[in-house]
Amino acid sequence: MTDLADLSIAEAGRQLRAGDITSIDLWEATVTRIAYTEPHLHAFLTVDRDGARAAAHAADAAFKAGEDAGPLQGIPIALKDNMCTKGLATTASSRMLEGWVPPYDGTAVAKLRAGGAVLVGKTNLDEFAMGSSTENSAFGTSRNPWDTNRVPGGSSGGSAGSVAAGAAMGAFGSDTGGSIRQPAALCGVVGMKPTYGLVSRYGLIAFASSLDQIGPFARSVEDAALLLEGVAGHDIHDATSYRGEYPTFSDGLDLGVKGLRVGIVKELMVDAIDSEIRSASRAMADKLADAGADVVEVSLPSSEYALSAYYLIAPAECSANLARLDGVRYGNRVPADTTDEMMAKTRAAGFGPEVIRRILLGTYALSAGYYDAFYGQAQRVRTLVRQDFAKAYEHTDVLISPTTPTTAFEIGAKTDDPIAMYYSDVCTIPSNLAGDPSISVPVGLDTQGLPIGFQIMAPALGESTLFRAAAEVERLAEFTARPLLAVSKETV
Amino acid sequence: MPVDIDIAKVAHLARIDLSAEELAQYGAQLSVILEYAERVSSLPTEGVEPTSHPLPATNAFRPDVVTPSLTNEEALAMAPEAEDGYFRVPRILGEP
Repeated sequence: MTDLADLSIAEAGRQLRAGDITSIDLWEATVTRIAYTEPHLHAFLTVDRDGARAAAHAADAAFKAGEDAGPLQGIPIALKDNMCTKGLATTASSRMLEGWVPPYDGTAVAKLRAGGAVLVGKTNLDEFAMGSSTENSAFGTSRNPWDTNRVPGGSSGGSAGSVAAGAAMGAFGSDTGGSIRQPAALCGVVGMKPTYGLVSRYGLIAFASSLDQIGPFARSVEDAALLLEGVAGHDIHDATSYRGEYPTFSDGLDLGVKGLRVGIVKELMVDAIDSEIRSASRAMADKLADAGADVVEVSLPSSEYALSAYYLIAPAECSANLARLDGVRYGNRVPADTTDEMMAKTRAAGFGPEVIRRILLGTYALSAGYYDAFYGQAQRVRTLVRQDFAKAYEHTDVLISPTTPTTAFEIGAKTDDPIAMYYSDVCTIPSNLAGDPSISVPVGLDTQGLPIGFQIMAPALGESTLFRAAAEVERLAEFTARPLLAVSKETV
Repeated sequence: MPVDIDIAKVAHLARIDLSAEELAQYGAQLSVILEYAERVSSLPTEGVEPTSHPLPATNAFRPDVVTPSLTNEEALAMAPEAEDGYFRVPRILGEP
C-alpha cells in the first residue's frame, strides 16, 4: 500500500472527498516521514506540530460539515522561512531575525490558511534567499535527499528537499534568480516561478523587489498548478500585484503539445552546461517534436549578459531592502552608545558573509559616480533581455532549456568561489529579469543517480500554456524515481 | 581589469561595522565580482531605455477606506527596546 505521505495532492484530495482518508491521516503520515527524514536532511527550521494538527482537525471538521474551501483543504504544505507567519517564528535563516515572531500573515500564507491547508512548518533557505545551496543559512545546511553529501540547491532548498522526501505534499518558496527552479531541479521535483505580480509579495521578506516571486514545489505538474491557484490573485497590500483576470491553470493539462511552437534556447545549450544535462534536454526536445510540437532553435543573444546584470540589479535592490534591518523596530540589536554605532554593529553581527557581500556590492553599484556605469547599464541590459524574449515569442509559444548547468554538487564545493556559485542560476535568471513564468520538471537521472531538471519558459501570464507543456514533458519523461530516503524508511 | 573600490566608505554607507581584515577580504571579493559584472558595459545600449520593473503598471490605487492595522502593542511586541509606546534607541546626536 502506498504510504499516504507519497500521494499527490490531487489524489489525496480525491480520497479526502471520498471519505477514504482524513486530513489527520495525511498529517500523521507526514509527521512520521519528517521524524525519519529530518535528522538526515535538516529541511525544516520549525515544524509546527500543534498548529498543523489543529489545522488538520479543522479540515476534517469542514469536510464533515460539507464545507470545501478548495483543492488544498486538508493538505500538508511547507513554507519557506522568509514567508511571514503570524505567531510562528520567521527567520529568513538569519541571526538578525532569530526569535522574531511576525505579528501578521503574508497574503499567500493567509490564502493558504483560508483554503484549509495544513501548514507543516518553515523550511531552511540561504540567508534572506541569497544563495544556491542553503549553505548560507545561519542555522545549518540542508541536505539533498538523493545524496545527503550534496546540497539540495537554493535558496529554497528546504522546501525542495521536503517535497522530494515526502516530508510535505507540496511547498512554497520564492524565486528571485532561480531560487525555486534550481533546487527543484537538484531535488527531482517540479518547481515553478509565476509571472511577476501574479502572487502577492506582501509578507514575503524582501530580497530584490522587482524580481522576487512566490511559487510552488510539487511532485507533479498538476499539483504545482493547484498550489499556484491557491495563492494567486490581486492584493491591495502589494501595489505591484497583477489586477487582471487569468485562467485556471490546472485546466488543459491533457491537451498535449500538438501544434505548440517550442523554441530551444541556443545560448543555454553551450559547453558550460554539463553534457549529460544537455543530452537530456536535447532528448526531451526530440520527444516533444515526436509528440507533435513544432521545435525550432531560438537565440536570446543578450542572455549571456543576464547573469552579470542580475548581480548588479539584485544586490542593488537588496542593499535598499535590507536597510530596514537596523536593530530599531524588530530583529536583534547589538547595544552601543549611539544609534549609528548600534546599527553598524547590529548589521555586522546579524548578517552572514554572503548577505554582507551583496549589500556592499549593491551599495557600491548605487553610489554616486558608479550608478550609471553599473546599475543603470544593468537596467538597460535588462531591457535587451526582455526584447530578446519578445522577439523569440513572435514565432514560439514556449522556450525550453536545461534548468541548471550541473546536477546537485557536494557540500562545500563552491563556497569559496562566489562566481562559480552564482553560475548555478545562469539558465534561470533570464526569466526573472523578463518577469515571465518558468517551470522546472524532472526528466531523468544522470550517471551518478542525481536528478536532471528541464526548464520551460513562457511569456508573461502564459501560465496555462506553460503548465500544458510541462504536463506533456512530465508524461514523456516518465520520471518515477524517488530518493532512497523516501522509500526506505522500513529498511534503513 | 579588477575594479578599484573604497571598501571602507562603502561599508560605512551600508552601516556595517567591519574590521580591517574583513574590509580587505570583502574588498578583494567585490573587486572580482564587479570585474565579472562589468561585462554588461560591453553591450551597446545607446538609446535603450532602462527597465526598473517588469510590469508597466503605474498609480496602483486602492479604495480610500480605513481598515484595521496593528495595535501599538503588536507593533512594539518584537522591538529590541520600547518605552511608553515608542521604539527606544540609543543617543542619536553627539555629546552636548
